[in-house]
Amino acid sequence: MKENIVLEMKNIHKGFPGVKALQGVEFTLREGEIHALMGENGAGKSTLIKVLTGVYEKDEGDIFLKGYDKAVSIRSPQDAQRVGISTVYQEITLCPNLSVAENMYIGRTAGMGQNWKKINADADKLLRSLDIPASATQQLASCSIAVQQMVAIARAVDMDCKVLILDEPTSSLDEQEVEKLFGLMRNLKEKGVGIIFVTHFLDQVYEVCDRITVLRDGKLVGAYDIKDLPRVQLVAKMLGKELDDMSDIKSEGAVYSGEDAGTAVLEAEGLVSDAGIKPFDFYINKGEVNGFTGLLGSGRSECVRAIFGADRVVGGKVKMHGKDVKISKPIQAMKHGIAYLPEDRKLDGIVGDLSVRDNIILALQTLKGFFRPISKAQAYKYADEYIKLLDVKTASADTPIKSLSGGNQQKVILARWLLTHPDYLILDEPTRGIDVGTKVDIQKLVLKLAGEGMSITFISSETDEMLRTCSRLVVMRDRKVVGELSGEQLTQNMIMNTIAGGNRDNAEN
Amino acid sequence: MKKRVLAVLMAATMLLGLTACGGDGSTPAGGDVQGADGGSSSGTIKVGIINNDPNESGYRTANDKDLQAMFTAENGYDATFAYGKTNDEQINAAQQMIQDGVDYLLLSAADVSGWDTVLQDANNQGIKVILYDRTIDADPSLYVASIVSDMAKEGETAANWLKDQGLSEYNIIHIQGQMGSAAQVGRSGALLDMAAAEGWNVLVSQTADWNAEKAQQIVQSQIDAGKSFNVIYAENDDMAKGAVAALDANGITHGVNGDVIIMGFDTNKWALEELKAGNWNYDGQCNPLQASYLNDVIQKLEKGETITEKTIVMDEKGFDAKTITDDDVNTYGI
Amino acid sequence: MQKIEKKKASPMEVMKKILGRQIFIPIAALLLLVLFNLIVDPSFFAVVMKTNSAGNPVLTGNLITILDNGSELAILAIGMTLVTAAAGGQDISVGAGIAISGSVMLRVLCGTNPKPEAIQAPIIVAFLVGCLAAMLCGAFNGALVAYFKIQPMVATLILYTAGRSIAAWVNHNQLPIVPPGSFSYFGGVIPGIPIPTPFFIAIGCMILIALVLKFTTLGLYTQSVGINESSSRLNGLNPILIKFLAFVILGICVAVAGLIKVSRFSTINYSVIAKDIEMDAILAVALGGNALSGGKFNIAASILGAYVIQFLTTTLYKFNVRSDALPAYKAVVVIVLVVASAPRVREYLNGLKKKMIQNPSRKEVG
Repeated sequence: MKENIVLEMKNIHKGFPGVKALQGVEFTLREGEIHALMGENGAGKSTLIKVLTGVYEKDEGDIFLKGYDKAVSIRSPQDAQRVGISTVYQEITLCPNLSVAENMYIGRTAGMGQNWKKINADADKLLRSLDIPASATQQLASCSIAVQQMVAIARAVDMDCKVLILDEPTSSLDEQEVEKLFGLMRNLKEKGVGIIFVTHFLDQVYEVCDRITVLRDGKLVGAYDIKDLPRVQLVAKMLGKELDDMSDIKSEGAVYSGEDAGTAVLEAEGLVSDAGIKPFDFYINKGEVNGFTGLLGSGRSECVRAIFGADRVVGGKVKMHGKDVKISKPIQAMKHGIAYLPEDRKLDGIVGDLSVRDNIILALQTLKGFFRPISKAQAYKYADEYIKLLDVKTASADTPIKSLSGGNQQKVILARWLLTHPDYLILDEPTRGIDVGTKVDIQKLVLKLAGEGMSITFISSETDEMLRTCSRLVVMRDRKVVGELSGEQLTQNMIMNTIAGGNRDNAEN
Repeated sequence: MKKRVLAVLMAATMLLGLTACGGDGSTPAGGDVQGADGGSSSGTIKVGIINNDPNESGYRTANDKDLQAMFTAENGYDATFAYGKTNDEQINAAQQMIQDGVDYLLLSAADVSGWDTVLQDANNQGIKVILYDRTIDADPSLYVASIVSDMAKEGETAANWLKDQGLSEYNIIHIQGQMGSAAQVGRSGALLDMAAAEGWNVLVSQTADWNAEKAQQIVQSQIDAGKSFNVIYAENDDMAKGAVAALDANGITHGVNGDVIIMGFDTNKWALEELKAGNWNYDGQCNPLQASYLNDVIQKLEKGETITEKTIVMDEKGFDAKTITDDDVNTYGI
Repeated sequence: MQKIEKKKASPMEVMKKILGRQIFIPIAALLLLVLFNLIVDPSFFAVVMKTNSAGNPVLTGNLITILDNGSELAILAIGMTLVTAAAGGQDISVGAGIAISGSVMLRVLCGTNPKPEAIQAPIIVAFLVGCLAAMLCGAFNGALVAYFKIQPMVATLILYTAGRSIAAWVNHNQLPIVPPGSFSYFGGVIPGIPIPTPFFIAIGCMILIALVLKFTTLGLYTQSVGINESSSRLNGLNPILIKFLAFVILGICVAVAGLIKVSRFSTINYSVIAKDIEMDAILAVALGGNALSGGKFNIAASILGAYVIQFLTTTLYKFNVRSDALPAYKAVVVIVLVVASAPRVREYLNGLKKKMIQNPSRKEVG
């Protein structure tokens, strides 16, 4: 083993019934480097991480760690921790009702005796050294998600880890928070920790990483220094083909040109819900794609939830096709031809234990009503049609949706709403946490549907996605609509400026 | 959060409402007496009566009715009634009564143990404790008298009756009450002792938990197994009824002139009617009418007499289908 | 309840399918009990035609006893499965509910006189009023659970505690006896038909729920709400209404079970009637392999679970297990059955299954 190599995985094989998840994968991590592990969903990233952390047992292969002469055997997460491999997952796995220090030391102190004074002092010292803006005695829940994430990292670091795995740590953070997290990562890098960084955000990879290992279909594509691998090539390697230039997709979809183009499908005036947004006006035309943009927590989702009746609407007027309508419950919105793909797929989207088929027909079924069940044969027909149309990767229509990858779950939810043939489709973060290929698929689909006359509201945290798809953007700041951009105004800079507004400092909160 | 508070309130109100309803329905006398509480004259005797849930069984209902009828203002009593399914509820009620300064504490305990402290308190305050219906595990000095049914004696009476039938052979299905209850222990013990002494054949001793349906299944299972039997000894009337249902379903005759002798306990009125009709053969009394005994004890104590016998066993009869009269049915049926 | 898809499958796939199915657990338990009885005493399964005291032909035997006495539990298992699926918890007040609805039926049938010469109202009226009472109890529980979001066990604890007193209060603490006549048919036999009526009533309920599941979306809605309430709401469902509905349906089941129970002896014992039946009903749901935390359900498996419990009871009676040892035996069997259906064990069995299925395929390759 070379001097500065901290982890080496050789010829790793792992199979599940019917699937070879990993086939001879190699992975090397050096001291003090941030190493991106990239690949589409199903490429084998998670499996590799789980083999490394002892969640799965590998079928074949060796893992070498610095400081151990022979291959180490990792059979459980406890084993992994003992040899200095720590993981911080996307979902925070700490206890929000305990203090920061308690979270950092829980389950790690020997015996029953606890010197809380010392523990708190130690925790504070560590937090300070890592530049984490939290105090030891603070309740964890009172910290922002980013700080909680950092506390989780601090806990991992303090367990004397040589290898730190960050599994999608940034997916629920806004830009400032991501920056803070990167600061912490760089700090740890200086201290010699090897960091494996799993993410879907290409920007972030290029901002913070030193090297990239790309996996595809359970096999190693290669490991590269960041400077040797431009973005386009990275994407190409992940997809296994040269990517058609993403910025061009907008021109592919024909713009809707029916005679009713330009007439408003939905108009809202002074709409306000109990979710804490300011009253806002909104409209969308036939065949138009527009979007809400703003920082995370700026009220984008709350606006569309108010339109759909997902939150309790407390004021305002809504017109559909020029007629006054009352929407206070999702079912009413659905009856008026509105569909809503929610932001939180796991919590609000999928019905985990139900089959892909049941998940697809669910919305259509509620529209049809209690006494008109969709026959099993018809349900299969619908399911098969949309599985094919959206290229959902699933063993069968009977597979429980929870066993699908994130991107495929999202496609199923999309199928659910497309099946209701809505006039107006709201997509709240449809591309979050899914692989690049599917992201492009979804964006193309949005433009195609709009070309056929569907009105679509598209929300994404990735501004470039919005720029590629939307013809008009509603900009939000601090739970208030602060502007609207369209045509020539649709540039990164313009959006940034509008979001930031006159007083940049405010945006930080 | 708001909702939760509201829900708890609603639940509490509901429970209170129920208790109030129960009070209205079953303890009118208690209400009356409590009303008269403020102006109680020195002539009335203040008693606190702790009983079990009157809905528990017909026996308990009769017991409660009897007590309610005896301890009234007309009879010179100022009575407070409390019902509890568990010891805890009963002990709470007892403590309340002790604080209220009753003269006598009448107790039918839910559970045999755990009463020492509270009875000691009562004694310290000069309150006299009289147990009825059920005994407890406590120092006898803590109470002045205990009025009980002797379940073993009930069993013996029944077993002797069975012996007197002089059958050529005895093949008995023995259906037990809830295991460990005083009635089950007493009634089972007497039968099994007699069976051992006389060489009777007890085919099965099985518990039906006082439940007619389970008794029916037990007897059905014996019939299905092809066992022949000529006596069913059920430790209460409900279970005897269940056993009879099984016999009826299989076309087996029973009662007077029938193939199978039916024995039950507790002298429910409907059971005595079955006896009178000749469908059953024997029913043993378990006397729920303890109020007159309690009254006797209290009156004696009031007069300054001493109670010589601490344990007072009530008279309990056994009824035979051949000799029972309509009068018996009306007098002793509960 | 579910139709088996018509697909050609290899024996291995069939095997996999059977093992993977939820209903496999109660079937396995049933087979185990059958096997035990076959080995120890095959006469257990004898069914004989007899004439009862009223001169009517009746079939008797342990199997008939099981079908007869398992009926109430099977009917309750239907409603309990729905409640479990929708609310992710159980109703522990069904025994008390049976006491209430049974008491109400007797009150209507007998009027104020506990021993009338003839019934005072048509049986159907009595049943409908009893049904209403049970549905009200269900609605009360349902409102607490669905609207006030109280844990089902806690919410139903109220009626569990108070129900039997209410039942007694309905009849002023008296024990009404229904005069002989057609009322006893529901818990006994109809003259001329040798099979106990409760069995037919149970079959009727099963057909009814099968039809409801086929011709309405109850199944999909209940499962959806049970699995992900928030998501269901965003798909236009009303989770509160669906949970409420589940409790009301259970109320109907309770009323039907109550009818059978009070009909068996034409009277009621408030403290003893359907005692502890809630625990058996919950056990039936668990035995059916349904997650007690809600979500996906299989009513057929629950019903089978109910009959397994009755099969066990009858077996224990048949072998004259000593009274004081009876609960211990039952506990052991229950522990085995429940542990066997626990997720951990199922995972392990699934692992074995996979190995079993993988090995032959490897051979094919080699």
